[in-house]
Amino acid sequence: MKEIPEYEKDLASIRTMMERSAKFISLSGLSGILAGVYALVGAAVAYRLVYYPQSPFAYRIETVQELSTLTKLIITAACVLVASLGTGLWLSHRKARKHSMNLWNPTTKTLLINLAIPLVTGGLFILILLQNGHYGIAAPACLIFYGLALINASANLYDEVRYLGYSEIVLGLVAAYLAGFGLLFWALGFGVLHIIYGAVMYYRYDK
Amino acid sequence: MKNPFEQLDKVLEHRARLQIMSVLVSNQSYDFNSLKELLGVTDGNLASHIKALEREKYISVNKSFVDRKPNTKYKITDKGRQAFRKHLDALEAVVRKQRL
Repeated sequence: MKEIPEYEKDLASIRTMMERSAKFISLSGLSGILAGVYALVGAAVAYRLVYYPQSPFAYRIETVQELSTLTKLIITAACVLVASLGTGLWLSHRKARKHSMNLWNPTTKTLLINLAIPLVTGGLFILILLQNGHYGIAAPACLIFYGLALINASANLYDEVRYLGYSEIVLGLVAAYLAGFGLLFWALGFGVLHIIYGAVMYYRYDK
Repeated sequence: MKNPFEQLDKVLEHRARLQIMSVLVSNQSYDFNSLKELLGVTDGNLASHIKALEREKYISVNKSFVDRKPNTKYKITDKGRQAFRKHLDALEAVVRKQRL
């Protein structure tokens, strides 16, 4: 028979193993903060392309019509996405190595599949919207599908990510109602929310 | 009340086995190498504990090949889940009794 403190250690080790195996703990809050910064830079570029010299807080009635502007917008969005994913991957890799764990494990695989289903669906849906000229609803659709993806993957992530998902969905629905503020809501959802939740996660888990 | 010590599962008294079971209750399946990395144990050590759990039919094994490399996946069985829960209850009872 073991001593009592040994049994307490048994209980503690069950808890850590369950957490460490099921949660993608390598995700760094810093990734969220940086993704938010990239999104804000992207939004500023988009503002120069579309709104300028109108105020960014003004409601826009006309939508983008010229193909060249639309192409530039899509390129900007793609740059933000690639930079965010790249930074996320790099920082996660670094954090995993610090804990001497491999980034690629069954948890990561489940996580990526769960993220990808709503994201790919949303991406295709938005491309169809754009092709049919429904430009106004594209930004809200980004937010909504992103929120759904986060919630779908939240079982393998820290709880904050699920709340971020809820926030994105609410913001996306409001943005769909007020489609003329599309860019503003996009900047709020991908920029400001990422920075806030990233900072919370950084403070709670990375310190 | 029954003596909680008697309710403890002898097979699960090893911490490594308990850890393997913890990983398998919270994941659909887990492969050998990922388990090894997570627990921080050697190949031989992990293999022997897995064999013990397999013998009790607490876990099931699925061997396959990925890119011609063996890929062994483990799953918890219903029997294993029950045993794990019972052992966990007993552990809690033991610790609680101590605190009274």
